Amino acid sequence: MARDIGRVGGQFTQWYMTISISRAAMLTIAATAVVGAATVYSCTAASGGNDNVLAGNAASKVYVAPGKYDEYYAFFSGGFNGQVMVYGLPSGRLLKLIGVFSQNPETGYGYNEETKPMLQTTFGPLPWDDTHHPELSQTDGVPDGRWLFINGNNTPRVARIDLKTFETTEILQIPNAAGGHASPFTTPNTKYIVSATRFSVPIPNADVPINTFKQNFKGTLSFITADQPGKMDIAFQILMPGFNYDLGHAGKGPSDGWFFFTTYNSEQAYQKLELNASQNDKDFIAAVNYRLAEQCVANGKAKAFKSDYFHNFLDEKSRIAHSERKNSVRMLAPQDCPGAVFYLPTPKSPHGVDVDPTGEYIVAGGKLATVIPVHSFSKMQKAIADKAFDGEVQGIPVLKYNSTLAGEVQKPGLGPLHTEFDGKGNAYTSMFISSEIVKWKLGTWQVLDRMPVYYSVGHLMIPGGDSKKPWGKYLVSLNKITKDRYLPTGPELAQSAQLLDISGDKMKMLLDFPTIGEPHYAQAIPADLIKAQSEKFYKLAENTHPEATKSEAAGGIRRAGKNVHVNMIAIRSHFAPDNLEGVQVGDTVYFHVTNIEQDWDIVHGFGVLGADNAEVVIAPGETRTLRWVPKASGIYPFYCTDFCSALHQEMQGYVRVSPAGSTVALMANTSERAKTQATRTSALPSKMDHEMGERANGSR
Amino acid sequence: MAAADVQVLSRMGAQSAPIHEAATKARVSGGSGRLPARPRLLVLIASLLLIGVYVFPLWNVRLTAPQYPEGLGMHIRINTVQGATENDLDNINNLNHYIGMKRIEPSAIPELRFMPWIVAAIVVMGLLTTVVARRWLVYLWTTALLAIAAAGLFDFWRWEYDYGHNLDNEHAVLKIPGMTYQPPLIGGKQLLNFHASSWPAAGGILAGVAMVLALLAVWFTWRAQKLPLSRD
Repeated sequence: MARDIGRVGGQFTQWYMTISISRAAMLTIAATAVVGAATVYSCTAASGGNDNVLAGNAASKVYVAPGKYDEYYAFFSGGFNGQVMVYGLPSGRLLKLIGVFSQNPETGYGYNEETKPMLQTTFGPLPWDDTHHPELSQTDGVPDGRWLFINGNNTPRVARIDLKTFETTEILQIPNAAGGHASPFTTPNTKYIVSATRFSVPIPNADVPINTFKQNFKGTLSFITADQPGKMDIAFQILMPGFNYDLGHAGKGPSDGWFFFTTYNSEQAYQKLELNASQNDKDFIAAVNYRLAEQCVANGKAKAFKSDYFHNFLDEKSRIAHSERKNSVRMLAPQDCPGAVFYLPTPKSPHGVDVDPTGEYIVAGGKLATVIPVHSFSKMQKAIADKAFDGEVQGIPVLKYNSTLAGEVQKPGLGPLHTEFDGKGNAYTSMFISSEIVKWKLGTWQVLDRMPVYYSVGHLMIPGGDSKKPWGKYLVSLNKITKDRYLPTGPELAQSAQLLDISGDKMKMLLDFPTIGEPHYAQAIPADLIKAQSEKFYKLAENTHPEATKSEAAGGIRRAGKNVHVNMIAIRSHFAPDNLEGVQVGDTVYFHVTNIEQDWDIVHGFGVLGADNAEVVIAPGETRTLRWVPKASGIYPFYCTDFCSALHQEMQGYVRVSPAGSTVALMANTSERAKTQATRTSALPSKMDHEMGERANGSR
Repeated sequence: MAAADVQVLSRMGAQSAPIHEAATKARVSGGSGRLPARPRLLVLIASLLLIGVYVFPLWNVRLTAPQYPEGLGMHIRINTVQGATENDLDNINNLNHYIGMKRIEPSAIPELRFMPWIVAAIVVMGLLTTVVARRWLVYLWTTALLAIAAAGLFDFWRWEYDYGHNLDNEHAVLKIPGMTYQPPLIGGKQLLNFHASSWPAAGGILAGVAMVLALLAVWFTWRAQKLPLSRD
C-alpha cells in the first residue's frame, strides 16, 4: 500500500523524486502503523478498566521496597497441588509453599520417615489431595494468627498448619463423608471447625445401585474440635438428607452458636447434575444450632457410629508424626434433636453462605440466581418461634422464604458466588459469569460500584473479611480463568489473582499476580500478628528424636538385621560421619541426619545417589530420616542439597555398598568412640525400627 | 564548681584554731594521716560500683556481615565469655573454624577463673580503706585498681592477639597470606566479610567510673594534704 501511494506521488515528478516521495510516504505510513499498533496494544493491555489512568498511583501502592516487609500475610490454597502458598500483600510476592496433603519433594515432607505418617488414611498413605479453603483460627470472631486450617476435598480431611513454624502439624481424616468441600470453616473461638459432604454417599458406605440414591445416599455435617493442637477429633456428625453440602460459615455476635451450610442438588440427581441438579427454583441453607446439637450429644441423643479414620499429628519435640486409627464417631440424627436444624429456602443452587460482621445477615450466593438473597438472623429466630414452616424435608422443618428474608440485591450481575465484608457496612460479591466484583450496601441492598476482573472470579478475599473485624483495605479477586493475563506458557497456565484497593468509595485495581494450582480461597492477616512469633530454628537441646545425634562424636553406624542405621550430623560445611562402609545389597539404610546448627536459616539438605523418594531438608536443630535401598554394589556419594555456606560444594561423603554376605566391616569414620558405639549397639534395633519396618512393608 | 569554691573560701575565712591545728598535724603526719570524708566517700562509691562487674558484662564484641544483618555478639564477663544470644558463641566458633581460629572456650581461659577473686580483693580493700581511712591506703588502693585494670586490658588484648594470629593453618580452609583476625580492643575493624566492633559494656563503664572516682579521691586526699585548710 505504501508503495502504491509512492507511485501515485511519483507520476508528476522526476524519477528520483518519485523515489524520495515514495520513501517519505513509506516512512510516514510505517510510523503511523507503529503508533496504531502501539495504541491497539495498549488498549489490550489496559483492559483492566480505569487502571490505565491510575497505573502510576497503583504501582506505588503495591511497591514494597527491597528489604521491607509486606503489610499482610496471605494464605492461598494450592488447589489441586494439595499445598498452601504464603504470599505477601500488597506486593503479591510468594513467600513460601507449605506441603499439606501432598508430598513435597522440595523439603521431603511426606517422603521422610518422620512425616510419612501425616499422609496416612484408611485408603493407605495418600500422596495428594485437593486443597480448597484456608481458614485462620479465631479468638472472639477475629483471626488470631495461631493456626491455619485447610481442607482436603478429595479424600475428606482437615489439616492444621502451625503459624509459628509454617508447617503442617496435624491431619484428621473425616469418616462417613465424600468431598470435604464445606470445610474447614471455624466457630468464633475455634472450638470447632466443620466439614460437610459435597458428595452424598451411602452412610456407612456400601455397594448399592447408584439409582437407589434417594433411599440410600446421605450427607453428614462434621463438627471437629480444633482448639487443642494435636487433639483434633470429630466431636459429632449430623446425618443429613442426601443433598450436596457446599459451603458454610459460623454465626457470630447474635448468631453465635449457629452454623449455616448451603446445599444444592436438593433434586437428589445422581447423573447429569449440570442439568438435573438445577431444576428446583430454590435449594436450601441448612441452619444448625450447634450448641443445641452439642447438648443433645451430651445427653446421649447421638448414636455411637462405627467408623474408620486416621488422626495424624506431629510430636513437637521429636518432630516425628504419629498416626492413630479411630473407630467410632457420635452420629446425631436431626429428628432426635428437634430445633437443631432448619432449612432456609434459598434461590438456585446457592454456593457461598457468608455472615456479615454484625452476625445479623446471612448472604447466599445463588450461582444461577438473578438476585443476591440475604437472610436475617433475627427474622429467622422469629420465624422459628412462630413456626412459620413451609413443610419439612426428612424431618427437618423448612422455614418460609419470606419469613427469613432481609432483602435481595437486585440486578447484582451474573453468577454470584461469594461475599465478604469491609466492616464499614459494605459487602463485596464475586460474580463468576459476569466476571466482576460488585460492591453493595448492607441494609439498603443497593449496588454501589462494580469492578471488572479477569477472568471469572471464584472466591474473593478481604483480610478478616469473613470475621467480626475485617481489615477493609484490600480485596483479592481469585480468578478462575487466566488466558492472556501473563506471557503465555502453553496450554496450562498459572491462575490469576488481582488486588483491589477498597479503602475509598470506588474500588481501584492495583495489581495482577499469578498463583499456582488453583487457589480457591485465601485468607489474610496483618503481618504483625504473626511475624514476631515465627520460629528461627528448633532447639537442639529439646530435640527428643530417638535417633538424634547431638554432637559430631556421637555419630555412627549400626546394623539391626537387614536395617542399617546411620546417625549423622550436618554442620557447616560437613557431614559426620562422611565415609560409611559395610552396607550390603539387600539392606535398607536409614540416614538419620541431625542439623546441629543453632542459627537462623542455616538449613542443610541430604541427597544420595539413586534415592527413589526425595531429598530431606533439615532445619537447624531437627532430625530427618531418609530411607534408602541400594540396588547394586558400588560407591554412592551423598551431598548437601541446600546451599549452606562457602564450602557447601565440599559438603559430601560416600557410602560403600558391598554384595550381600560380604565381610566388609561396618564402619563410620566419625571417631574412635563412634566405632565402639557401632559394635556395642549393633544388636539393638532402632526405637524407630518397628514403625519403619511396618512402613517398609507398606508403601515407600 | 563555683559555688563549691565560694564555700571553700568562706570556710577558710571561718576557720577555727583547732581545725587549723589538726590540719597542720595531718600535713606533718603525711600518708598515715586520717582520710578526709570526701575521698572516703568516693572510695566507698567506687568500691560499690565495682560490684557491678559481677552483674554486667565488661566488654562487648559485635560482629556483623552481609549474611548476618542481625549480628553476632560476645559479652566478656568477669568470669566467662558469653554469646549475646543463647547460640552466638557456638555460631561464632563455627564460623571461626573456617579461618583456623581456636574455639573460644571460656573454661580454657584461666584469667576468667581468678579475675573474680582479684576484683573481690580490690572491693574488699576499697571498703577497708573507707573503714580504716588512712591516706596511704587510698594511694595504694588506686594504684592497685589501675594496675589491675591495665593488666586486664593488656591481657584482653593479648588474648585477642593470640586468637587472631595463632591460627591452625593445617585445618583452616580459608587461608589468606598475611591476614590476621585480631579484633580491636576498642573501636571497629573489618575482618573479611565481618565488621568487628569492640566497646566497653555496662560493667566496663562502671569499672571506668570507679577508676575516675578513685583518681578523684587521690586528688582530694592529696589536696587536703597540701592545702590542709581546705579540709572537708
